[in-house]
Amino acid sequence: MTRKVVLEVMRYNPEQDTEPRFQRYEADCEEEWVVLDALNHVKATQDPTLSYRWSCHMAVCGSCGMMINGEPKLACKTFLRDYDGPIRVEPLQHFPVERDLVTVIDDFMVKFKRVKPYLIPKEEKPVEAGEYRQTPAELKKYKQFTLCINCMLCYAACPEYGLTPKFIGPAAISMAHRWNSDSRDGGRDARQEEVATGEGVWECSFVGACSEVCPEHVDPASALQQVKIKSTVDWVLEKLVPGGKKEGG
Amino acid sequence: METIKADVAIIGAGGAGLRAAIALAEADPGLKVALVSKVYPMRSHTCAAEGGAAGVIKPDDSLEHHFNDTVGGGDWLSDQDAVDFFIQEAPKELLQLEHWGCPWSREADGSVAVRPFGGMKKQRTWFAADKSGFHILHTLFQTSLKYPSIERLDEFYATELLVHEGRCHGLVAIEMKSGQFRKILAGAVIVAGGGAGRMFPFTTNGAIKTGDGMALAYRAGVALKDMEFVQYHPTGLPNTGILLTEGCRGEGGILLNKNGRRYLQDYGMGPETPAGQPVLKTMELGPRDRLSQAFWHEQKKGNTVKTQWGDCVLLDMRHLGEKKIDERLPLVRDMSRSYLGVDPVEDPVPVRPVVHYMMGGIDTDIRAATSIGGLFAAGECACVSINGANRLGSNSLTELLVFGRRAAMSAMEHLQSAKGAGDASAIDAAAEGAQAKIRELFLRPNGKESIAGLRGEMMQTMEEHAGIYREGTGLAAAAAKLAELRRRYKDIHLHDKTNVYNTDLLQALELGSMLDCAEAVAASALARTESRGAHQRLDHVERDDAKFLKHSMATFRGMDAPAIGYKDVVITRSQPGVRDYSGDHK
Repeated sequence: MTRKVVLEVMRYNPEQDTEPRFQRYEADCEEEWVVLDALNHVKATQDPTLSYRWSCHMAVCGSCGMMINGEPKLACKTFLRDYDGPIRVEPLQHFPVERDLVTVIDDFMVKFKRVKPYLIPKEEKPVEAGEYRQTPAELKKYKQFTLCINCMLCYAACPEYGLTPKFIGPAAISMAHRWNSDSRDGGRDARQEEVATGEGVWECSFVGACSEVCPEHVDPASALQQVKIKSTVDWVLEKLVPGGKKEGG
Repeated sequence: METIKADVAIIGAGGAGLRAAIALAEADPGLKVALVSKVYPMRSHTCAAEGGAAGVIKPDDSLEHHFNDTVGGGDWLSDQDAVDFFIQEAPKELLQLEHWGCPWSREADGSVAVRPFGGMKKQRTWFAADKSGFHILHTLFQTSLKYPSIERLDEFYATELLVHEGRCHGLVAIEMKSGQFRKILAGAVIVAGGGAGRMFPFTTNGAIKTGDGMALAYRAGVALKDMEFVQYHPTGLPNTGILLTEGCRGEGGILLNKNGRRYLQDYGMGPETPAGQPVLKTMELGPRDRLSQAFWHEQKKGNTVKTQWGDCVLLDMRHLGEKKIDERLPLVRDMSRSYLGVDPVEDPVPVRPVVHYMMGGIDTDIRAATSIGGLFAAGECACVSINGANRLGSNSLTELLVFGRRAAMSAMEHLQSAKGAGDASAIDAAAEGAQAKIRELFLRPNGKESIAGLRGEMMQTMEEHAGIYREGTGLAAAAAKLAELRRRYKDIHLHDKTNVYNTDLLQALELGSMLDCAEAVAASALARTESRGAHQRLDHVERDDAKFLKHSMATFRGMDAPAIGYKDVVITRSQPGVRDYSGDHK
């Protein structure tokens, strides 16, 4: 079953436009399509100049984050059947626009790297000695936070990131928390330098918008909250308790 | 043209490219690595692999079993020296990933868990729920951030290798954000550009899998090996081609036809095993080629289920229960529900075979070296060959790691032995030529052919003639059609003549890559007048070891059809035999 869908897509080409504008497309779409299918259809049949990122079409590569009717969404998992009337498609907010729906994500890439998102082993052990043991319960403690696909919808949703661009933001802090919570890892102190600062968790006002838009249910807000609590415990132990020591080391 | 200099340039930042980059950074932090990719590394299609990665780890398993499964699974077209190297390195690489923090699923005692997989005699597939590729990719990407010697060139599209007098000296790439050409000079180049499933209309492959890496090497003079072997995965969602992992069957899911019959028993994979208690190398745990072929026969017999998206069979997982499905197959449940509206906890899921993987690719030796000095290849774009005529599920993720690292080691050996930087003026001229070719698309009058139109015709041709079963007349028609499409490609109309993030240009270049790869597939398939593994000919139904226990080698000849030659398969200790996936064989 096909139906006519109206897309209002933000267009911006820095070589031709002084400011962004909206372009309206009418496309015959299958009822079961997602917004990405509609964009692909438009690009193939009406306007080859329309630019956007996409690849997997199964919500795992994280390429196709866009504002859809004002909400940050993955275009490949946003179904036309959930919309009546025209669908407005814009680039993810809070990021500079490179062209059309393509944003500049350098800021995220830099911040992501700053939190040292890799294993800093608690105990060095050669590969030949076999795996680090990790029980299913230990895995469960951090597993949810490994599911981040770096789609950056949480940055588009985060009011703090919009106001204070130096905030390192939900996905990067969640990733720090993922590694801090891994039973094999001993790198929390190294990450705290980035995370437990004014640009880190203390910037977050705990609105929780990040968790609402996360397509993978990573729940960055809970990661931020847990990092805050642990950072407070550190502070109390260091400043207030004589001879106090940080937990976890 | 701006020049970027590196010791080693890697094209592609998926599993193989990232593994190679890390290996180089660890071996010698003084080596500058340029990691060139048309997408950010997290977007690479490794992320979509679900089921897991094979490597012998459990006490009841042995390297010999893994060897035999792989060689038999590949219908004896695998090079056995390469398979030996692969199976020996596999557990080390998977452990290395564990040491980098990969969240592998675990046993109660904290050891790494394994699951059964098709065509494997023992349980040896390491997995991270059903997002194994995703976790491998992100573990590698995040680990790569530790190393300052790795310079990422994200969203750079490689257009040509710089080859002079038999040696590769770098590449030319377009920086997407500016549209400017960059000359990347390097002492060695590793191609890790992934597969080419997008030649077909119905595929599990993401939009980026357009055979660019294969085409780069092919046009530079390296043969594409065994390109006729295209793997159909038996269980794709019928409307989108989204993959439902073999893990569904490994965990005990069963395949039913419209009569509710476990039809695989009618194709030499029986007798029927109890639902939910999978038996290794039997029934639903047969290899992918056999399962996809069984579907084709069921369709011919009228035993498939008619759906609005075409003929399907049913993948029934209901008996696994909600708890197990949520723990082991959460992505499968999510995908089936959202894209098809079917909850596998409640109902069987309609599925059909879908193009998934290219066994063939850039001809390399066991060192991941190509026939051009300083040029190496690894991952799906390469053909070592460990996969032969049919890859076993969960060997490819491991292959990325083993041969990604191997390519890095070989590149280092090459740097140590290489003589000088090559003729600078000749290399410059080649780079200017590469730029001029693409600039010409912007400068000339508008062409008549549409990019989307040609792409559609190519896909239809491949679907119609180069699918699960093929025949000579169809393949000849496909070869002729692809030759025509390549001619018409010369006259494509580029609508977008601006510079910044020009996806019209990108799609045009990707189409060029796919057409070249597709022509190699059709020509190799036409010439192979036998049936082996994933290449099944209705007009030549038997395997013909006397004539075709050989790798096909397609050599690029410009606008002419590729020349097809052959290269011997390396047999060390397993002589071609019968592939037995019946329940009473073991």
